[in-house]
Amino acid sequence: MNLNWTLVGQSITFLVFAWTCYKFIWPLLIGAMDERATLIGEGIENAEQARRDLEDASSKVDEIMRDARADAHALVDQARTQAATMIDDAKKDAENEGERIRETARADVVQEANRARESLRAEVAELALSGAERILESGIDRAQHAELLDKLASEL
Amino acid sequence: MASDNPQEYIKHHLTNLTYGRHPELETLEPIDLNARIHQEFLYGTWGFAHDAEEASAMGFNSINVDSMAWSVALGLAFCALFYSVARKATAGVPGGLQNAVEYVVEFVDDMVRGIFTHKNDLIAPMALTVFVWVFLMNLMDLVPVDWIPELAALFGVHFMKVVPSTDPNITMSMALSIFVLMLYYSVKCKGLAGFGSELAFQPFPKFMAPLNLVLELPTLFAKPLSLGLRLFGNMYAGEMIFILIALMYAGIATDIVGGAIGIFGGVLHLAWAAFHVLIITLQAYIFAVLTVVYLAAAHDEAH
Repeated sequence: MNLNWTLVGQSITFLVFAWTCYKFIWPLLIGAMDERATLIGEGIENAEQARRDLEDASSKVDEIMRDARADAHALVDQARTQAATMIDDAKKDAENEGERIRETARADVVQEANRARESLRAEVAELALSGAERILESGIDRAQHAELLDKLASEL
Repeated sequence: MASDNPQEYIKHHLTNLTYGRHPELETLEPIDLNARIHQEFLYGTWGFAHDAEEASAMGFNSINVDSMAWSVALGLAFCALFYSVARKATAGVPGGLQNAVEYVVEFVDDMVRGIFTHKNDLIAPMALTVFVWVFLMNLMDLVPVDWIPELAALFGVHFMKVVPSTDPNITMSMALSIFVLMLYYSVKCKGLAGFGSELAFQPFPKFMAPLNLVLELPTLFAKPLSLGLRLFGNMYAGEMIFILIALMYAGIATDIVGGAIGIFGGVLHLAWAAFHVLIITLQAYIFAVLTVVYLAAAHDEAH
């Protein structure tokens, strides 16, 4: 248990090992650990960013959905109004058409009646003329009495 | 082994394998150089000490081969292990070994950051070296005291102290190396005058400089002394207890009493080893912390 050159030997050994650690071991290990710390920090930051992005996106989605719903409502309303208008228009058209057809029919009837009256009148005039001819047994000049006959027919 | 002679057994375990110059030559009459060289070649005055007395008679001009060999081997083991991990260390997910090594590195780094606030990149790696190396040297204390010495005896090596930190040469040389670094950084950071005034001009006013020196110089020199001797003392005492417990195994195969003592020794051995796990870690930690504390004090500008 005496002091001897071991003191010197161990001192040199100690300094060599400490220097080796300082030069070759420590920087590599601490470098890797620091790098990992940076990586983890970045990862956490990225995750936070992603979370924020997701929040933004989902709020944007909500907005888009709201707009779309509103648009859809507007479209449906518009379509409904349009449909109602179209139905109204169609109804009005149909009514007009009906009225027109009725008018035509009425005009036809009047015309037909007039025509019938005309022919009846002519026939009556013929009949009256032939009756009078028979009564008078004498010839009556048709041309001579045309005016009289027309007057008679128009009175019918 | 233990059965022969307890006193001899203990002494044997506490003797280093010392290589040095046999002291007989010093007692020779002063003779001419040729005769002296002849003598040295003939009788091999350089060699291993055959017992503790011879080892101590060799004086400073010798070296404890076992302490040096184990300390270098353990230091190399530390460097090899940590370098192999450091070389492949990546910022990705670390494996088991890398994790363990990084845990130790971070532990030491945190410790240094807490104590040492100056800019010096050497301190933390040195603290790591001190901590792991001293821990490994202390760890040798947990190897049963007879295993390696008996194995060495098979190869004709008669002394083998396997715990380098039970050799005051080892602990004191580390403490003294740190002391030299303390002096170096004190002078470097404060200048010779600044360091001198720190020793002479406080705690009392300047006119009491002699008294201040009387107070401060022992404080300064007590630092390396206490640093080295604390580790040595703890490890030496721990080793001694392991040796004493090992003595209890001596009569285990003789009779019932010897057997009972042997079994009791086994229980004690287990208990002391478990407790010693704490001690070796704590001592390594204390040594590393004090290294950093002393070096931080050396860097501190104002007191």
